[in-house]
Amino acid sequence: MSAKILIVAEHDGKKLNPSTAKCVTCARTLAGAQVTVAVLAAEAAPVASQAAQLSGVDRVVTVENPANLHALAAVLAPQVVALAAPFDIVLGPSTTFGKDLMARVAGLLEAPQVSDIMAIESAGRFRRPIYAGNAILTVEKAGEGKVVGTVRIASFEAAASGNSAAPIEKSTVSVTLPTHTRFISVSAAKSDRPDLQTAARVVSGGRALGSADGFKILYSLADRMGAAVGASRAAVDAGYAPNEMQVGQTGKIISPELYVAVGISGAIQHLTGIKDARTIVAINKDGEAPIFEVADFGLVGDLFQIIPEIERLIS
Amino acid sequence: MKRILVGIKRVVDYNVRIRVRPDGSGVVTDGVKMSINPFDEIALEEALRIKERGGAEEVVVATVGPADCQQQLRTALAMGADRALHVQADGVLEPLTVARALLQLIEREQPLLVILGKQAIDDDNGQTGQVLAALWNRPQATYASKLELTGETARVTREVDAGLETLEIDLPAVITTDLRLNEPRYVKLPDIMKAKKKPLDTFTLAALGVEPRQQLKLVRFEPPPQRQKGIRVKDAAELVDALKKKGLL
Ligand SMILES: Cc1cc2nc3c(=O)[nH]c(=O)nc-3n(C[C@H](O)[C@H](O)[C@H](O)COP(=O)(O)OP(=O)(O)OC[C@H]3O[C@@H](n4cnc5c(N)ncnc54)[C@H](O)[C@@H]3O)c2cc1C
Ligand SMILES: Nc1ncnc2c1ncn2[C@@H]1O[C@H](COP(=O)(O)O)[C@@H](O)[C@H]1O
Repeated sequence: MSAKILIVAEHDGKKLNPSTAKCVTCARTLAGAQVTVAVLAAEAAPVASQAAQLSGVDRVVTVENPANLHALAAVLAPQVVALAAPFDIVLGPSTTFGKDLMARVAGLLEAPQVSDIMAIESAGRFRRPIYAGNAILTVEKAGEGKVVGTVRIASFEAAASGNSAAPIEKSTVSVTLPTHTRFISVSAAKSDRPDLQTAARVVSGGRALGSADGFKILYSLADRMGAAVGASRAAVDAGYAPNEMQVGQTGKIISPELYVAVGISGAIQHLTGIKDARTIVAINKDGEAPIFEVADFGLVGDLFQIIPEIERLIS
Repeated sequence: MKRILVGIKRVVDYNVRIRVRPDGSGVVTDGVKMSINPFDEIALEEALRIKERGGAEEVVVATVGPADCQQQLRTALAMGADRALHVQADGVLEPLTVARALLQLIEREQPLLVILGKQAIDDDNGQTGQVLAALWNRPQATYASKLELTGETARVTREVDAGLETLEIDLPAVITTDLRLNEPRYVKLPDIMKAKKKPLDTFTLAALGVEPRQQLKLVRFEPPPQRQKGIRVKDAAELVDALKKKGLL
């Protein structure tokens, strides 16, 4: 029997987040899976058409409601539950959007949730990291019923956007939505740099950068390389970089082609976030720093000399 | 009484290097240092600060787990919690079971606010707060980095992928903590003595009417794949060359 999988799309009202295309790839690893993407929005059309183009998507369902303008888990969850009835597996991305929402969906369904799925072995069997990635656990659904999951997006490539489009169906769900949760604001720091979570190259700075001003040499190098900029928790806590730049266990888990760690010691919680990077470069003045144990290329020295030099060499 | 309920989980201390048992049945926990889940310490700290500002009258900590968990409840009492509740339970406890037990405690205690950690650093599930809010049919504000109570509502700043999001929620509600919400205080020695006299009530899951169900079987634990050790380059020029050769620059 082929599994029916529902994926809850992440979007900002206009653009589909790349995390959704990664969920599609994850779902598609299950042979014969039927993949439906749900778009809950105030106006679903633009996002729904992007979802329909993803290769591997069989069907898109939309639920339009003014209350869906901002993604509030308490508002979206009952709608997802209403859509979920015919499905075996309900997936969302393991981003702050998906983690917040899917567990509430699991709670309403009283279904088990598998967090941070890194592999689907069968319709009821999954692999996921625990202990900050220091162990990998295989779990299996024990009884009948649905499984809810969040997909560890660093483990999957994004499904390509093809030319053919899956059918889009409008759905109306009749559930009363709570008003106890109200959106006030979001500080979306606008930047022209690539998105940290999907960038092919990332340059990250740690406590050693010393100040927000110190980070400027990284921005400059990153722009030269077409890279996104990340930071360690120590750098964020010290106010050198905004929190959305944090990489690691409690920040973003990323899988770029190239990760350059600058003045970062390589604490286990930081390494959790970069394990899937294809190539890791470490620049640190302490030759004993743990970051060198995972680095493909290590350079011992003072970052304030090395970074401008690299920039010169690639200009 | 204005009360805050804080969920406390006993976990392997975050400084411990985790080792998977050779037979794949779990991770080594014998003789390993155990602590309060770091996010739960932050949850407790926030509750204590709210109380100290006059926003609540009582802070109650609760844990679901085996007898050993009382050590962490005592630590929480030493940090400043007024009372502790221990729901005795053995074996694998899934978020749904924990949330059902916490919901029973909520019905008894009628808290204004429930604060949990955003995730337990052992199972890394990150589910219990949201599951509890769903069962309770109340608001949730996860990944909080700032919390302001204003009478019947709370304003919560959340750490989301895009940056910082602010929500307004009606109380009572469930909050889950992110690391930057606060920095927990250290426990002082005299407080450890005082904590021994504070009330700690125990329950069983059965007495609360909660049946522990395991919906996910734990099949196998494995160590993660190791990265290959790389090479040292001598200067920036050698690094740039190496990266160019790999097509990365
Ligand atoms: C529950 C929990 C979750 C956490 N989550 C995260 C997370 O998600 N992400 C994260 O990053 N951390 C996280 N941490 C924090 C983590 O443990 C470390 O404290 C943090 O990663 C250290 O950051 P850092 O490497 O920038 O600073 P440090 O450890 O202070 O390292 C600075 C490095 O810079 C080097 N240096 C100094 N000056 C120079 C110079 N001029 N040139 C070159 N090198 C120089 C030093 O040799 C040193 O190695 C978490 C901690 C806990 C407890
Ligand atoms: N057994 C438990 N007892 C009390 N609180 C718990 C327990 N398990 C989880 N929690 C709370 O729920 C949060 C999230 O846990 P988890 O969903 O397991 O990642 C933790 O930070 C705790 O605050």
